[in-house]
Formats: sequence, structure tokens, C-alpha cells
Amino acid sequence: MKPAVLTGEYFMTGDVACAEGALAAGCRFFGGYPITPATEIAERMAIRIPHVDGCFIQMEDEIGAMASVLGASWGGVKSMTATSGPGFSLMMENIGLGICTETPCVVVNVQRGGPSTGLPTHGAQGDMMQARWGSHGHYEIIAIAPSSPQEIFYLTITAFNLSEKYRLPVLIMTDEIIGHMSEKVIIPEAKLIKTVSRPKPKGRKDRFKPFAPGPNGVAPMPAAGEGYNLHITGLTHDEKGYPVMDVETQTEMMSRITEKIQRNLDDIIRTDSYLLEDAEIAVVSYGISARTSMAAVIEARKMGIKAGLLRLVTIWPFPEDQIRKLADRVKGFVTVEINLGQIHREVERCVGGKVPIFLVGHPGGTIIHPDRVVKMLKEAF
Amino acid sequence: MQEIPMTSKKQPQHPLDDLIRTDRIPHIWCPGCGIGTVFSACLAALKASGINLQKTVMVSGIGCSGRAAGYVKLDSFHTTHGRAIPFATGLKLANPELNLVVFSGDGDLFAIGGNHFIHAARRNMDMTVICVNNLNYGMTGGQVAATTPYMAKSTTTPAGNPELPFNLPLMAYACGATYVARWTMLHIRDLTDSITEALCKKGFSFIEALSPCPVNYGRRNKQKPLDMLKLYQEKAIIKNHADPSTLDIDFEKGIILGKFIDLDRPTFIEHYDKIYRPSRLQENVPELNS
Ligand SMILES: Cc1ncc(C[n+]2csc(CCOP(=O)(O)OP(=O)(O)O)c2C)c(N)n1
Ligand code: SF4
Ligand SMILES: [Mg+2]
Repeated sequence: MKPAVLTGEYFMTGDVACAEGALAAGCRFFGGYPITPATEIAERMAIRIPHVDGCFIQMEDEIGAMASVLGASWGGVKSMTATSGPGFSLMMENIGLGICTETPCVVVNVQRGGPSTGLPTHGAQGDMMQARWGSHGHYEIIAIAPSSPQEIFYLTITAFNLSEKYRLPVLIMTDEIIGHMSEKVIIPEAKLIKTVSRPKPKGRKDRFKPFAPGPNGVAPMPAAGEGYNLHITGLTHDEKGYPVMDVETQTEMMSRITEKIQRNLDDIIRTDSYLLEDAEIAVVSYGISARTSMAAVIEARKMGIKAGLLRLVTIWPFPEDQIRKLADRVKGFVTVEINLGQIHREVERCVGGKVPIFLVGHPGGTIIHPDRVVKMLKEAF
Repeated sequence: MQEIPMTSKKQPQHPLDDLIRTDRIPHIWCPGCGIGTVFSACLAALKASGINLQKTVMVSGIGCSGRAAGYVKLDSFHTTHGRAIPFATGLKLANPELNLVVFSGDGDLFAIGGNHFIHAARRNMDMTVICVNNLNYGMTGGQVAATTPYMAKSTTTPAGNPELPFNLPLMAYACGATYVARWTMLHIRDLTDSITEALCKKGFSFIEALSPCPVNYGRRNKQKPLDMLKLYQEKAIIKNHADPSTLDIDFEKGIILGKFIDLDRPTFIEHYDKIYRPSRLQENVPELNS
């Protein structure tokens, strides 16, 4: 056995830092399928996870990978997979099973240009809406977007903690640029890393209901083999987990899986800001594009334009309040993202026509140059 | 599927009741359906095997057969269509102490889930897979399956099936399964014995259980409810250790039943531990040698 937390200072890619973050968070099962630009996460896990008594398996496809991750979670182990666009599409049905059966796990999407096979080796941020609504039916999801290898290390731990606390798949929406870039990553001492594990049930096993919400809206979760005779199904089910095909049970179940997120937004949502206090124009961005935006804000300030950055760390649930409050005090918004306006529309919805809003988007394949953002800041307002 | 009205009189306790979620009865299976019989054989085998039932998990996919997981009083998972095997793979790898039983239909395991079956057998993933083969997609109303006989009628092959069906035991064997048997639900003793043996055996075990779907298959193929059972009785040829390549189902010439394969090779976990987690092996030495 080797340590799970490789305390020290490294020069690491985002993909490797993601794998190290997962191990530090307590992940002990990885079921994956190779795909550029996420393969290095699987490769790192294949080397490292047996060192900490965990298990790696390369499944036959991403559908199987996602199913194995859910199974492993019910086996009592923190589990994850990592993929990119085409694989993310294949995982969607079982991500829905994870939502419906309230199964904690982490799915990493190292985004590349799409649609279809698209640009396998070039970054993009085009799957943001698929992360929100890609599986069928209505549901809540948690998705977070790191902006650097260092941050992906920490946010992978956060992703596991949120998934365990709220019992659902948590998505890490990174991209090829962060996945493949090498930067300084500091891995702290193990004792400084806070990890959360799913609450375990207490009391009589025969009376236990695996979907009866506790105080924060989430039910405790036993593992298979612990004597609870669990029944877990993707059919609409009651608190006992039994399928019930009626509208009342559907309504109850839907409230359970959506309210546990909606009632805990303050705990879940994370944003970051730069020079936003006195800003007149708010630049809203996330992931690698937030770094472009930061450079642009600095440049704009030099020119006397009072721009500031709101960096969305949590993408879903969407930081609506943060945008609404900003809309009451700034003169305008610019959204920056490597797609043609997915999160932009969300920002627009929250701004509600109070002030003008512009998009600096890109169809995918490259980082957005800060000059384009500066130009927008100069010309639009 | 048809709802069976609840009788008001209290039923006497059935010997398998402690393995059934009696609070979920009546079940959804139609009168004359064979799934219940295969399910009972599975429950009887679970009892007879003597394995630790608290550590035993049933995983199903989607379909009439896939509803089994909803009636068994074990930890049980009703997953997505075709994905019972990879879900079970995750459970097993997370906790190798668990005994995994996959109970599902022919469409689930061999059409949409065929890829997972192939690879779990190749890896010799330690689990027992029971396939209820009713020659069609029962749940969705009787469409053609990868097991439907040539020229048989289904809602999507109205003039007869132009495709040839799989020989399931051959496929299991070719992919690396270490235990392969085929019975019909009429051969309940043999079926139960085979499932018992498979449960006690480590490695990837596969049991095909032929079972009638009178409602969706029988009706369209001019079979009365008992006709399929008659075929099972009259056309059965019990031939243990038969060459898997001879096992195509032929309702005219005969259906070969029996235990065909029973061999030993290391499981995925044994290989993985040996190569990647030798510390686990050291802890387990006495058990592995026993
Ligand atoms: C992804 C997906 N595709 C299609 C379906 C619809 N569907 C439900 S059961 C089934 C076929 C089941 O056939 P089989 O596995 O043979 O089970 P049986 O009902 O015959 O026991 C299909 C196609 C589904 N639930 N999910
Ligand atoms: S397999 Fe056929 S007979 Fe059995 S429950 Fe399904 S539809 Fe009814
Ligand atoms: Mg079938």
C-alpha cells in the first residue's frame, strides 16, 4: 500500500491532478473506457488505484463503465469514471439511473469539440447543456467547472464530497485545455483534506427505508451485503424503494430528488470573483474561459473600463441569485465560453432584460483569445 | 401482463416465502408465463446452495424477466435495459465478498446487453447469469429477439423472422464462461440443481432457461398455452457435455438440454489481485487454497 494523498509540489496535467484528487477524496473504484482527452485520468488511476487497495477496470464501453460505477457505489465504495463528449453521450441513460436511485459517484467530462467525433484533441465547452439535461426526464444535477490543474485537484474532492452528501452523480465539466496543460499543483497533507462519506443508517434494518429523506432532504445509504434487503430500481419508487406506478408517487419522488438540491443551494453553489465589487460590466465565465476573461478584465481595467469577473465554479445548479443581484447594479454583462451561447442563455434568463448582455463565444477547438473579450468590453458598452 | 386480483383469504405460508417480498405480490407475470417457475427454481437453488444470503445480490435488467429483482427478498437491483451485468461487475469489484446473481431476459442479456455478456464471460467475472429465454421481447408486446427462431412470427416480423437466432450456450462457451447449462422451466429439478451448482462455483456461470411466453410469443405462433410445454417435454434431449456447437434450438429435431461446460480458470479478481494487489492475496491465502 502507498499513500492515497501524494503530499508535495508537482508539475502536473489537469487529468493527472484530477485522478490524484479522486484518490485523496477516497475514490476506490474506477470503471472507464479510453477517450481523448480523458484517457490520462484512466491511465493514472490504473497505476495508482491498486496502490490504495482500490480497483480499476477498463469496461467494454462507456455504457458499461457508467453501470459499473453505479454498482460499485452500491457495493459501498466511492466510485468514478472519466470521459469526453461521445462517451458522455453513452453514459446519459445510466446517469439518469444514478439520479433516480440517488447513487453517489463522480463523472468527469474532459470536453472536446463536438458534435459527434468532432475535434478529439481540441478543447471546447460544448457539453454544458448536455450536463444539465442530457438524461431523459426532469431532474437536478450538480456540475462544477475547474479552471486549472490545481483547482481540478481540489474540486474533484469537492465533487466526491457533494455526491456523498446529496446522493447523486456529480459532474466535473472540464476541457481538453485544462486536462492536458501542465501547471504547478500542490497536494496538501492528508490531514488537511476534508472528505465526506454518505451517512449510514442506524436503527432496525427491517424498518429501514432507503429513500426516506433525513433533515437535509437526503436518506442515509447502506451498501449491498449489509443485511437491509434493499430494493433499488429505476422505476418510479416510494421511500421503501418499491416501484409504484402512479402520479402521486412520481410527484413525491420528483420532489425528493429535486428539493434536496434546491433546498441546499447555499451549501452547493460556489462562485469566485475578481474586481467585481466596483465593476460596471460583469464578465461571466467558467473553466478555461474564466482565465481568458481574467486576462481581459485586467487589460480592460488598464484602459479605464470598469470590468470585473464572476467565475462560475458551480455551473449546475445555476448560480441564479448571484447573477440576479449583479444585474441590479452593473450596466451590462459579457459571457465568455467555448460554445455558441449555452451558459450565456442562462445568464440572459437571470438578467431578465434589466441590462444589455453580450456573448463572446467560440464554436470549439481553441481557447478564446483575451483580445476578443477586451474588444467586446470596449465596443459594446 | 395482467393484474391478478388479490384473494381475500389469507394464503398459507409458502416454503420460499422468506425469500420473497410478499408485500409486492401479486406479481406482474401473466397466467401461463414461465418466468415464475424459473424464479422459483432460482430461489430454491439459493436455499439449497447454502451460500450466505446476506451477501447475495440479485441484479436484473429490464423486461418481464427483469422484474425478478423486484420480488426477491435479497439486496436487489433493477437497473437499465441490458446493463445488469456491468452493474453487477461494479458491485463485485467493490466488494468481492458478494455473490452476484444476474436474472434477466434474452433480449436484455443478448441484444442490447450482448456486449457486456461477452466481456464479462471473457473476464471470467465471478457471477451467475440466468437467462429466461422466451424467444421474444415479452414486456414490450412480442417483438423479434436475437433468440427468435427463423420464420417465427412477432409483431416486428409479421411474415416470419428473416434472421437466425443465437446459440446461447455456444456463445457463452466461446466467450469463456466456466459453467454453461440449458434447461427448460419444465425440467425444474435439473434447472434448480444447475443453478445451485453455478451459485457454488466461482467464475462466470451461465444458465439458459427456456420458458414460454404464451401471451406474446405463443399466440402469434399458433401455440395454445400448453403447446410450448408439450414441445419442451417431447423434444427435449438431455445430453450433458454435448458439443456447444451442436446446440442450436430446433423445435422439430429436438432441443438439447444439459450441463455442457464445467471447468475452472482464475477469475478477473484473482488475476487482478495477483498482478496488482498482492497484499490482498496474502490476506486471503488460506481461503484461496481451500
Ligand atoms: C434503452 C431501452 N430500450 C428499450 C426499452 C424497452 N424495453 C423494455 S423491456 C424490452 C425487451 C425485453 O425483452 P427480454 O429481455 O427478452 O425480456 P422479457 O420481457 O421477454 O422477459 C424492451 C425493448 C427500454 N426499457 N430501454
Ligand atoms: S414473458 Fe410473456 S407471458 Fe410472461 S409476463 Fe411477459 S408477456 Fe406475460
Ligand atoms: Mg424475452
